[in-house]
Amino acid sequence: MTTLLPEPGTRTRPRLLRPDSTNCPGCGMSLGLQWLDEALGATTPTLVIPACCAAVTPGTFPASAYGVPAVETTFASSAAVASGIARVRELNGESDPTLCWAGDGGTYDIGMATLSAAAERNEDVLYICYDNEIYGNTGGQRSGATPTGARTSTTPRGKPEAKKDIVAIMAAHRIPYAATLSLAHRDDFLRKVKLALSLRGFRFLLMLSPCPAAWKSEPSESVELVRLAVASGIFPLYEVFDGRRFRINARPDDTSLDAYLDRQRRFASIALAADDLRAQIKREWTHLDELARAFPAAPPTG
Amino acid sequence: MTRAVLTGNQAAGRALVAAGEANRDARGCCGGCYPITPQTEIIEHVMGAGFSKGSFVAVESEHSAMAVCIGASFAGARSFTASSSNGLLYMTENVFAAGLERLPIVMVVANRTVGPPWNIWADHGDSLALRDAPWLQLYCDSHQDLVDTILLAFRVAEDPRVLLPVMVTQDGFLLSHTSMVVDLPPQELVDAYLPPLDLALRARTDHPRTYGQLMGPRETQRHRQEIQAAMERVPEVLDEAGAEFARVFGRRPRGAFEAEYTADADTVLIAAGTTVSTVRRVVEARRSAGEKIGFVQLKLFRPFLRDDLVRAIGGARRVAVLDRDHSPGSGGIMWTEIATSLRERPEVLLQDYIVGLGGGEVDPPLIELVLDDFAGRERAEAPVFFPREVATP
Repeated sequence: MTTLLPEPGTRTRPRLLRPDSTNCPGCGMSLGLQWLDEALGATTPTLVIPACCAAVTPGTFPASAYGVPAVETTFASSAAVASGIARVRELNGESDPTLCWAGDGGTYDIGMATLSAAAERNEDVLYICYDNEIYGNTGGQRSGATPTGARTSTTPRGKPEAKKDIVAIMAAHRIPYAATLSLAHRDDFLRKVKLALSLRGFRFLLMLSPCPAAWKSEPSESVELVRLAVASGIFPLYEVFDGRRFRINARPDDTSLDAYLDRQRRFASIALAADDLRAQIKREWTHLDELARAFPAAPPTG
Repeated sequence: MTRAVLTGNQAAGRALVAAGEANRDARGCCGGCYPITPQTEIIEHVMGAGFSKGSFVAVESEHSAMAVCIGASFAGARSFTASSSNGLLYMTENVFAAGLERLPIVMVVANRTVGPPWNIWADHGDSLALRDAPWLQLYCDSHQDLVDTILLAFRVAEDPRVLLPVMVTQDGFLLSHTSMVVDLPPQELVDAYLPPLDLALRARTDHPRTYGQLMGPRETQRHRQEIQAAMERVPEVLDEAGAEFARVFGRRPRGAFEAEYTADADTVLIAAGTTVSTVRRVVEARRSAGEKIGFVQLKLFRPFLRDDLVRAIGGARRVAVLDRDHSPGSGGIMWTEIATSLRERPEVLLQDYIVGLGGGEVDPPLIELVLDDFAGRERAEAPVFFPREVATP
């Protein structure tokens, strides 16, 4: 792995995530915020954070682990608060990005209407969902992002329903850019965040964010789990431009699903048959492949 | 002054837009807008305004309307919106958030009862349900009162000694959809009255701060005490803002409590909103007939200035409250506050009348019925619903 911290002297602002955050060991958000920091370079974003683990990340007042302005909002409000901030920044000729950093509960579920409306208005906001597929702050309840079969405290026998296809929903708003981010694909991650930062309008990024506490996995294996999620095809790595043109960034290998499931006890002792999940993944990939073939985006530049 | 015949909503929309425009040399104005009867024309007017430096967002809900105001205010803009009834309740979480974050947002409420069952007419139950949010609340009795109070509201909200949001209310339809002659100050006078907004603690990229993060019990108590202290500074700020208003616009805005004919009154009526002007007419008629009767307009409900209220009723020993609201299991909400204020005046006979719920007519005959009922009372009873023929099950 490359070093996560920039070279001394290359930075003109405080680190986005300073030491002493309250994040658990192995939290995908910690690595995601550091890579986001790197992609931002010298740019200072204003973070808008709804109620979620990232609202706890900075610790307790008056200290804060966030080195950039961070506005914490009510659960369902981040995209609307960000709209207000972005509008005023634009009125005043300020180009610094307004960036929502939100969990899956605030994105897939309670914040869905707010998010959809901000996307429909094409507000100049970069919205990043760190998706740990669970209500983490409250101790691990199912959300619309929880995958089929996963045990949570409100799905003790495993979740019967499928994970909501949030990227398709956001792409359907025909926003300039929607993409998924992998913590096991650093170059792809940085390229996508930089591309998103270079665009105007509403941009949506979905980052799979391991939660060892809820996934019942080893903290040291978080990055490996993301690698397996991408390799198994359960978390496709792809981009959608203007909601109409598709680019797939990594192909599954059809061999990694068992390893992905075996390393997380949330999938243990349940009625889930890996073959059922395999069939679901295959259906989703057939659909994605057809879209990418029919409506291809140009290959990435640079 | 521009004199125009305007509805309450038209007048409110113009006052808000003038206040927003007055911040054009600072960080401009911004907020979220969402329709609900009977305030809709206000947000239509705001969305249609051609601001020199302003941007309003037509959002998908009242919850988001206040959220946009919160973001705009964090970014240093002057921010305002309007709502009513169920919209206000849907917005409630962010109404509290705006106050707790000490953001000087102004919201006009066209008061409407809460449903279902659906009813679009006036009572004060919607805004009074938010009485425990960290907001000032001002209840207007006329079109001119509404315009003046909106301008005053920005001045008070944005004062560094206060820094709290302000709700300015008008009775739905009774003010929002009726027309009166209104004096609208020209923009240059509004500019003179409302200085450019400079929020010292706004979110700045060159000075990173975290807003709204976790706080322990000690800090939380201190935070609430700071809000209480800011509320306690409201009277002096309101007085100054009123004096400055008179200097700039040449007329005095109505104060926290407006007492009329109370100097020698034995009996005093207390009311808020449009009920006040009806009460005035009845009181003046009875005065002409030699009765020692007066009334008090309850204008400022939050903060509730208990000592001022006691002073306003003077030496009266009989006080009747006309509550256009109802707290189930308790009674009139304003009466509760007034009863607390009068705890050291046990000789005062205080009776609560709940009137005009869901737009019920509060006309002079009803006030006469209330006064006749009150005259026959030797001691106070539980809150009474009026008129009786509706109230009796």
